[in-house]
Amino acid sequence: MAFLSRNPQLNQHGELQHLLTIEGLNAGMLRHILDTAESFVSVSEREVKKIPLLRGKSIFNLFFEPSTRTRTTFEIAAKRLSADVINLNINASSQSKGETVLDTVDNLAAMQADMFIVRHGQSGAAHFIAGHVSPHIHVVNAGDGRHAHPTQGLLDMYTIRHFKREFHNLRVAIVGDVLHSRVARSQIHALTTLGVPEVRVIAPKTLLPAQVERMGVQVYHDMAQGLKDVDVVIMLRLQNERMRGALLPSAQEYFKSYGLTQDKLALARPDAIVMHPGPMNRGVEIDSDVADGRQSVILPQVTFGIAVHMAVMSILAGSKQ
Amino acid sequence: MKIHIRGGRLIDPKSGIDAQRDVFIAAGKVVAIGDAPHDFHANRVIEAGGLVICPGLIDLSARLREPGFEYMATLESEMHAAVAGGVTSLVCPPDTDPPLDEPGLVEMLRHRARNLHQARVFPLGALTQKLEGQRLTEMAELHDAGCIAFSQADAPLTDSNVLLRAMQYASTFGFTVWLRPQDSFLARDGVAHDGEVASRLGLAGIPACAESIAIARILLLMKETGAKVHLCRLSTRDGVDMVREAKRQGLPLTCDIGVHHAHLSEMDIGYFDSNCHVIPPFRSLRDRDALRAGLKDGTIDAICSDHAPVDDDAKLLPFAESEAGVTGLELLLPLTLKWARDMGVELPQAIARLTTEPARVLALNKGVLAPGLNADLCIFDPEECWKVVPRALRSQGKNTPFQNVELAGRVKYTLVEGAVVYEAGEAKAS
Repeated sequence: MAFLSRNPQLNQHGELQHLLTIEGLNAGMLRHILDTAESFVSVSEREVKKIPLLRGKSIFNLFFEPSTRTRTTFEIAAKRLSADVINLNINASSQSKGETVLDTVDNLAAMQADMFIVRHGQSGAAHFIAGHVSPHIHVVNAGDGRHAHPTQGLLDMYTIRHFKREFHNLRVAIVGDVLHSRVARSQIHALTTLGVPEVRVIAPKTLLPAQVERMGVQVYHDMAQGLKDVDVVIMLRLQNERMRGALLPSAQEYFKSYGLTQDKLALARPDAIVMHPGPMNRGVEIDSDVADGRQSVILPQVTFGIAVHMAVMSILAGSKQ
Repeated sequence: MKIHIRGGRLIDPKSGIDAQRDVFIAAGKVVAIGDAPHDFHANRVIEAGGLVICPGLIDLSARLREPGFEYMATLESEMHAAVAGGVTSLVCPPDTDPPLDEPGLVEMLRHRARNLHQARVFPLGALTQKLEGQRLTEMAELHDAGCIAFSQADAPLTDSNVLLRAMQYASTFGFTVWLRPQDSFLARDGVAHDGEVASRLGLAGIPACAESIAIARILLLMKETGAKVHLCRLSTRDGVDMVREAKRQGLPLTCDIGVHHAHLSEMDIGYFDSNCHVIPPFRSLRDRDALRAGLKDGTIDAICSDHAPVDDDAKLLPFAESEAGVTGLELLLPLTLKWARDMGVELPQAIARLTTEPARVLALNKGVLAPGLNADLCIFDPEECWKVVPRALRSQGKNTPFQNVELAGRVKYTLVEGAVVYEAGEAKAS
C-alpha cells in the first residue's frame, strides 16, 4: 500500500523545482548541472566576477545548524549571480522560544523570498519546508540531518569528472562514518546514478547504516582491501562526539584502522585522487601528508563548489512555476 | 426502548452464528435472536437488509488524551469517534498526564466517560508510579477503582528487577500485565525501522531486535513469576515467532497489533510522511507479512486501533520531531476487513479479532450477542466504499497515513446497552 506522491523536487513539467536530494534525479539532470557549472567556472576567473542571472532575486540562507563553508559558498555563488543574499543563523535558542520551522519559513516567505537555502539538523527538514512553501519559492537542501547534502555530492562529482573525465570506468571508495553522513548518502546516489560501476564503502560495522548494500555499494571493513586499485578515495569527517563511546573506542584506534596515510594510499591506483568534504580532522581520518599531498584535490573541491552552487541556483530559478 | 433489528446478517463469532437473523432488544439487553418474543412491540425498527450485525467492537488501545492532553483530543471527541467506528468498549492506556496511577484519577475518568453515554471505557492502570519504572502502583486499589489490567504504556521499564517484582505482585492478585516489548536502549532516539528506508532517509533506526530482546526478557520473567502477560503492538516477524512458540509451551500469553501494522511498512514513509511516524515503527514488508499471517493463524489474538490522536501542529514538523501516532478508531473496522479480504479470511473470523478475542484478552463476558446480555452491537455495510478524508473524521486527530484511500466497510449504527449511540449520516448525541 504505497501511496508515493510524485517526486517533490520536480514541477509538473519534470523540471527541477527544488534540490532536496540526489536520489530520484536521473543522470541527464545531474550532467546538466555539471555542464552548467562548467560554464560558470570562468566567471570566477574574470576580473568582474558577476553575471546578472539572478538580479533582483532574494535568496535566504536559512541555517538552523552552524556552518561556515557551505553557507559562505552559497553566499558567494548567489552574489556572483547578482542575487541579494540574506544570511540567517537560527540557533537553537530561538527555536526553543517555540517558533516552529514553519513559522520561521512563513515569515520569511512573507518578505518576498525567491529561494531558501536550508540547513537543518533533522533528516527530511528540507523536504518538509519544500512541501509547505508557495510554488514560486525554490528550496535548496544545504544538509538535513543524516539524510542528504546534494550540492556537496554534486561538487564532488564535478571534481571527479574534472580529474577523471568519465564515470563509467571508475572505482570509488568512501571511507569513514557513513552512518551519520549526509554527504556519503548524496555521493553514493550521485555515483551510482552517473554510472560508476564500483562504489565501495569502508568503515567499521558501527559506522555503517543497516542494509547499506541496498544503496548499491560494496562493503569493506578492511582499509587495505577496500583501497586496492581505487581511482578515487573520499574521506568522511568523523565528528568529535563519535570518537569515544559505544561506536568507537578512541580516535587513535580509529586512525590506526581507518585513517588515510601515504602507505595506505599507495594501495590505490597511482593516479588516484583524494577528496574530503571538509572540515578535516587531521590525524583522525586523514594524515596531513595526504591532505596536503600531490594526490589531494581537497582545495579544488572548494573552488569548484562555487560554480556548482551557481549552477544549481540558476537552474532552479530558470524552471517554470 | 424496544428495538427490532430486521433482516440483517447476524455474525456472532462466539456462538458461530452467521445467518440472517432478527435481533430484539429491550431494556438495554438482547431479549431474543431470530423470532420475536411474545408481546414484543418495537418502538423502533432498524432495517438491516444487506448489513452485518455483530457484537460491538472492543478496541484494546485507544488514547482519549484525558487528562492532560486535551489540546490533542477530548474525551468527548474521541468517544464520538469510537462509536462512529462501531467500537462499544475500549481500553485506554495509562499514559495520560498525570498518568493513571491513582484511584481518584481512574474514577474521575470513568465517571466522565459514563456521563457521555457512549462507548464503555476500561482504563489500564499504570504499572509503576508516574510510569517511571521504579516503584509499583497500588494495583489492588486501582483495580477496585476500575482498572482492568496494568501497563507501562510506551514508557521504558529498564530495570529488570522492577519488572520481575511488578509481574510477581500483579500475579499475586491475578492481574494481567500489559507490556509493549521494546528494549529502550536499542530503541534510543530511533524513529523508524532500522532498515533500508531509514538508512536511505538518514533517520535513526530502531532495530527489530529491540522488540525480540524485550520479548525474551518478558517470557523468561513469565516463567519465573507465573504472571499473565498481554503483549501490545507486535511489529516484527521474530516477535510473532517467539509468541507462537511461547503459546505452544502453554505460557499465559496474549498479544495484539495495531491495525495499520497489518497494511503498512517502512516503504510507506515515502518522502518523510510524518503520518507514518508510529510506535512501534512500520517495519519491513517481511515483518508486515508475518503479522498478517500471525493474525490469521491466531498467534496474534486481537487487532486494535492503537488510536493516538495528534494535533496538526505536532505532525507539521520534520519527521523525527513530529509526534508519533495515528488516529484509528474510525478506520479499525474497514482496515480489518481489508486485511481479511487480502488474506482470504472469512468475515466471522475477522470480526472475532475485534470482538470475542479482545474480550477473551480482557476476561470480559463481552463481544457476544446472546439473549440476556447487554445489547452492545455494531451494524455495518461490508461493501460500502468510502474515501478517507481526514477532515471528515470525528476524532480530533486527523493524523492518518490512509488519507484519500478508498476503504470498504462502513458502520451504520452503533448501539451501547440498547441505545443507538451512532447512526450514519447524522451526529446523534446520546
